Amino acid sequence: MNGINSGFGAWNPLVWTALFLGIVAVALAIRALGRKDYKKKTGQTKVYLSGNEEPEPEDLHVRGDALYWGMVEALSGYYRRARALHTGILSDYFAWIIVTLGIVFVLLAVGR
Amino acid sequence: MNALSVHAPVLLVATPLLAAFVVPLVAKLGSTVRNAVVGVFTLLTASLAGLVAANVLAGSGAPSVYVFGANPLNLTLPSGMHVPIRILFEVDGMSAFMILITALVAVAATLYSFSYFKEHSGGEMYYPLLFLLLAAIFGMEETGDLFNFFVFLEIAGIAACGLIGFRPWRGRSQEAAFKTMALYTLSGLFVLIALGLLYGQHGGLNIAYLSSRVGAGMLDLVALGLLVVALGTKAGVAPMHMWALDAYGEAPAPISAVLVASSQASLYGLFRVLFTLFGAAVSVAALGWFLIALSVLTLFVGVTMALLQKDIKRLIAYGAVSQIGYMLLGVGVGFTTSGSRPAYGFVAMQGGIFHMVNDAACIGLLFLAAGAVHRASGTRDLNRMGGLGHDMKWTAALFAIGALALAGVPPFNGFSSKLLIYESSFAASPILAAIAILSSILLLAVFMKVFQAAFLGPRLLENVREASRGMLVSMLMLAVVVVVFGLFPGFFVDKLVTPAAKALWLGRDAYVRAVLGG
Repeated sequence: MNGINSGFGAWNPLVWTALFLGIVAVALAIRALGRKDYKKKTGQTKVYLSGNEEPEPEDLHVRGDALYWGMVEALSGYYRRARALHTGILSDYFAWIIVTLGIVFVLLAVGR
Repeated sequence: MNALSVHAPVLLVATPLLAAFVVPLVAKLGSTVRNAVVGVFTLLTASLAGLVAANVLAGSGAPSVYVFGANPLNLTLPSGMHVPIRILFEVDGMSAFMILITALVAVAATLYSFSYFKEHSGGEMYYPLLFLLLAAIFGMEETGDLFNFFVFLEIAGIAACGLIGFRPWRGRSQEAAFKTMALYTLSGLFVLIALGLLYGQHGGLNIAYLSSRVGAGMLDLVALGLLVVALGTKAGVAPMHMWALDAYGEAPAPISAVLVASSQASLYGLFRVLFTLFGAAVSVAALGWFLIALSVLTLFVGVTMALLQKDIKRLIAYGAVSQIGYMLLGVGVGFTTSGSRPAYGFVAMQGGIFHMVNDAACIGLLFLAAGAVHRASGTRDLNRMGGLGHDMKWTAALFAIGALALAGVPPFNGFSSKLLIYESSFAASPILAAIAILSSILLLAVFMKVFQAAFLGPRLLENVREASRGMLVSMLMLAVVVVVFGLFPGFFVDKLVTPAAKALWLGRDAYVRAVLGG
């Protein structure tokens, strides 16, 4: 009743959720085995950056634009063209509709 | 009670329409009275939507006809008549499914609006336009007549443009409203020309009547092409999607959520044209594959362009466009394979249709959360945000639920519908499934970017406050739908999706018989 069967496979979210929670419980149990006798806010928990000063948290925050900078650069050819198509000019919007209408008419005429 | 049940289809349109005229009057008595009246009308409308859907689904989604002014109310052809000329509503499993989606979004958006517009004036204009939009969407989903569909489509367009440009002090809102109006006008013109062609050919515009008459003649095909492009444009299918980015991005947050329901109503219209109006009368495999190609383009353009955005609402708008691609992919595979490979074609239909309600809940939730973020931080620029999760824990959690669901992460609802689409489209072509899965992965990356940039990291903004209780409750309502539909997909597929898919897939004859008899 709660799952779905597509005819190609089955999906039961309750079983998946139970398994997921079980794995989380195991992970937490392993974490609980770790040492608890370290002293917070001392040299024991201070980040060591090869002797360099640790930057302020505000300076470490990765901004929205920067997160996928590498991916956008790698796909710069695609993005240059895709951006060029999104001009924001109304007459271009109309042109896309007319072009699509033309393709639909051709397909309907050919497939008739 | 019985009279209410019998007249529920027309009351579902009449109630929000009445509210649109009553609210400006009661608004003179103050915002508290106005909000109370808006709340009552919204709940009444949602209850009627539930009643209409329950009546139809109790009959396994079989069409139910309501003829205006007839006695009895299902008298479609008075003695001697061969063409149904009266205005009529014809509600089947697919219509009922759409009505429930609209009601869900309407309740969430209205509740959210109470808090969102608390400090703004203009509520006496905002709520009437919202009710007008809802009345038109319900009308589009219920009507059995193409001309009425056109009228409701136009009313929805006018109300939507008014709401998109509702904040006149934002120049970009005005520009978005103007562009949307221009695109809606062109689409409306296409629909009107198509109706003229069909009326000239067959002498009627009742969908059931036309369905029994249309064929593969040139003028019928021209009408089909015009309807496909017009409704595809209004639904936001690429490459005709560009208005949607402006509209979703610039409208007030609750209106962006309602616009998703409005776009889905246009998509419903497209499905109705393809399956019920033309159906087997036009067997054009090329058109089916063209729809699949458009769906893949919509998916791909939506997610890849979302990755570039730094405006949180425009980013979600691209996400919303990409989801239209999933729905179109499912139903497109179903349309293409209805005759040749029905086994997986029907599963594809179920997936595409199931994704409509899942999308409305996830994207609605994300737009509402984005509105809360904008209100709290005073910016929509992701580059200027950071650490909002420290002060907006509930909003962050609800946003995460919506984002994970939209990206198709189990066990949320988006995964269930996407699984049906992946598996059935794989059977049609493995490339389709690969693109659909890749798009979901990219979508997850996109929303990780938003979550990381806005909610994680150190506090970068001062005086940030959590969203108000009313906004949180409306977001929570959609989040509950996301989780419950995700944990119990089998129940909802059996009770809601399958009757809707059958109504489209197998219900053409029943739809025609309900009006023409025989």
